[in-house]
Amino acid sequence: MAAAMSYVHADVENLKATELRLGLPGVEESDKMPSPPSTPRAGTKRALAGEHREVEPKAAPPAAKAQVVGWPPVRSYRKSCFQQASSKTKEAAPAPVVVKQEEAAVAAAPPAAAAAGGSLYVKVSMDGAPYLRKIDLKMYKGYRELREALEAMFLGFSGDAGSVNPSDFAVTYEDKDGDLMLVGDVPFG
Amino acid sequence: MGRGGARDGAAAAPPWHSLPDEVLEHAFSFLPAAADRGAAAAVCHGWLGAERRSRRRLAVANCYAAAPRDAVDRFPSVRAAEVKGKPHFADFGLVPPAWGAEAAPWVAAAADGWPLLEELSFKRMVVTDECLEMIASSFRNFQVLRLVSCEGFSTAGLAAITEGCRNLRELDLQENYIEDCSSHWLSYFPESFTSLETLNFSCLEGEVNFAVLERLVSRCRNLKTLKLNNAIPLDKVASLLRKAPQLVELGTGKFSAEYHSDLFAKLEAAFAGCKSLRRLSGAWDAVPDYLPAFYCVCEGLTSLNLSYATVRGPELIKFISRCKNLQQLWVMDLIEDHGLAVVAGSCSKLQELRVFPSDPFGAGQVLLTERGLVDVSASCPMLESVLYFCGQMTNEALITIAKNRPNFTCFRLCILEPRTPDYVTRESLDAGFSAIVESCKGLRRLSVSGLLTDLVFKSIGANGNCLEMLSIAFAGNSDLGLHYILSGCKTLKKLEIRDCPFGNKPLLANAAKLETMRSLWMSSCSLTLGACRQLAEKMPRLTVEIMNDPGRTCPVESLPDDSPVETLYVYRTIAGPRSDTPDYVQIV
Repeated sequence: MAAAMSYVHADVENLKATELRLGLPGVEESDKMPSPPSTPRAGTKRALAGEHREVEPKAAPPAAKAQVVGWPPVRSYRKSCFQQASSKTKEAAPAPVVVKQEEAAVAAAPPAAAAAGGSLYVKVSMDGAPYLRKIDLKMYKGYRELREALEAMFLGFSGDAGSVNPSDFAVTYEDKDGDLMLVGDVPFG
Repeated sequence: MGRGGARDGAAAAPPWHSLPDEVLEHAFSFLPAAADRGAAAAVCHGWLGAERRSRRRLAVANCYAAAPRDAVDRFPSVRAAEVKGKPHFADFGLVPPAWGAEAAPWVAAAADGWPLLEELSFKRMVVTDECLEMIASSFRNFQVLRLVSCEGFSTAGLAAITEGCRNLRELDLQENYIEDCSSHWLSYFPESFTSLETLNFSCLEGEVNFAVLERLVSRCRNLKTLKLNNAIPLDKVASLLRKAPQLVELGTGKFSAEYHSDLFAKLEAAFAGCKSLRRLSGAWDAVPDYLPAFYCVCEGLTSLNLSYATVRGPELIKFISRCKNLQQLWVMDLIEDHGLAVVAGSCSKLQELRVFPSDPFGAGQVLLTERGLVDVSASCPMLESVLYFCGQMTNEALITIAKNRPNFTCFRLCILEPRTPDYVTRESLDAGFSAIVESCKGLRRLSVSGLLTDLVFKSIGANGNCLEMLSIAFAGNSDLGLHYILSGCKTLKKLEIRDCPFGNKPLLANAAKLETMRSLWMSSCSLTLGACRQLAEKMPRLTVEIMNDPGRTCPVESLPDDSPVETLYVYRTIAGPRSDTPDYVQIV
């Protein structure tokens, strides 16, 4: 198990927008962790992604916690052990065709009601890619465009494999119940 | 200096200052602690030379504090070396990959200068297969390899060790990331090899050839410590125990078999034969019904590590309550307050307690509060070391704990949600932590959490006279907090801070202090580049490392003084700036 950590370039504000929450979008959770006053951090909170298949923790009570990097101070080794254990228990009825032979792209799903206004950034990861990407779902008018954009983004990583067939990949997302769903069933938008 | 007591005119004894080296070296051999040897070496030039030439054990707490070749030249007789690399916060993901801390230069220097090396230990370092191959081929009497929280090697490297180290006694792999190349490293131990005393491969992900393992265990009659990985099922554990009833320490493999009465009987019988078992740990995704199989060893256990155990409930508590001689207990918060109350009543010899969070990011559904810690502190008179993760705390509880246990040497409390106040009074936890440092005069290690103002640091600075390591997160309100720490805490060695509103002034005002310390880590505070530059200029024997987000690789020279600094890592060194920094680390 490689201690691969992926680092995401994103603004702090957008990071918040993509957190999985059960509250209505647009409702700002009271800021429990205000940034230190005079640090205009040009960098970001680095997202810690041990496994690409890793899912955002389900929050049963209404206010889901925003994850702070490296907090609580639990060793990465211990964290990865438990994520393995909990993701194993989530093996629900296998969705058909979801995960193809080699790779599947997984996107974290936004809350059901799309956020009003501007952009809707979600995190996208692909098995085997060294880091994650963010895309703005509002930029795409349909699934085809979305898929094309994802292919353009990620297939650069398969350099060594020569001609990688794009149709080897399935685009999936995780909905608010924590189930792995194939993209395309629900009307776009 | 140098001239000891006055010469006794009547005796023919040589004066102190002309004692031959062999006598001095023999005298020094009775000083086991490195600190004592260091003190002896500082007496005079003669003693310095005698001490360094005869030093057998070397601990390098920061691999960048000295150059490997210098260390080897200075202490030519070393038989056992320990080297530590990355800063502690690397454990929590705050240090990106490829930061440094490579073991290779140390292995190369050792291969050159310490051919008689017997023991090597690396912690938080990058150890490659090439390193392991070099170790296997360079030291003809190599006996002990310990790798803790390391990465960069695979089972192929392990195969080089098992094949090449004919006198190996200990192979101890703790919480490393090991790539599984499916090479049968265990099979490379020759059939004639019988010297193994410690084998710990609990962190290994892959399969192990069980037949080979069993033969190895059978023929190594001195095997004392065996820690298995998850690939060894429960019935195989029982078989191994029958082959090695002399074990003192056991780490169980996968423990989640469904309950079968015949397997239970097998286990019970196997454990009954282990009269010497004192330390028990393991993976423990256990079915509680198997726990009674351990009852016969409970009485003898001094150490129990259930920190990966998801088992909970009355069986867990009954099991622990039978361990009356326990000195060290690591457990998950699934034990809950009432479980700890039982521990308090049963384990009167407890010295160290660690309680880990089962669901660090979850909603806090576990019934573990400050109550558990209060109970254990009240009833376990020898308790001196605590690591406790919980969701809530009060000043009253901390004050009670401090009063009951002035003998704490290590107190680490982590309240899961940053800046959590006393949940009853809604005040900060200043009073509680102040009570801890005021009462525990021998406190060497402290981690604070919850809502804290600068005042707690005033207390820590004034009272932490033995404090060597301090960890602070999401605390304080101004520069004063940091100033109190750096101007107090006379014996401070390691200071690590994250997400606190501490700025440049206290850092510069206390620059000299940093040379008396091993290292300082500050991330997500209020530092700017200008201050770091000043610090580096003022203190040439410190290395001042700046770390910004990987991907932003503009050279630090081009940035203005008021640029914010995301992470600062400062450490003293006699080796000058290191040359292996990745793009995102810049030395000012």
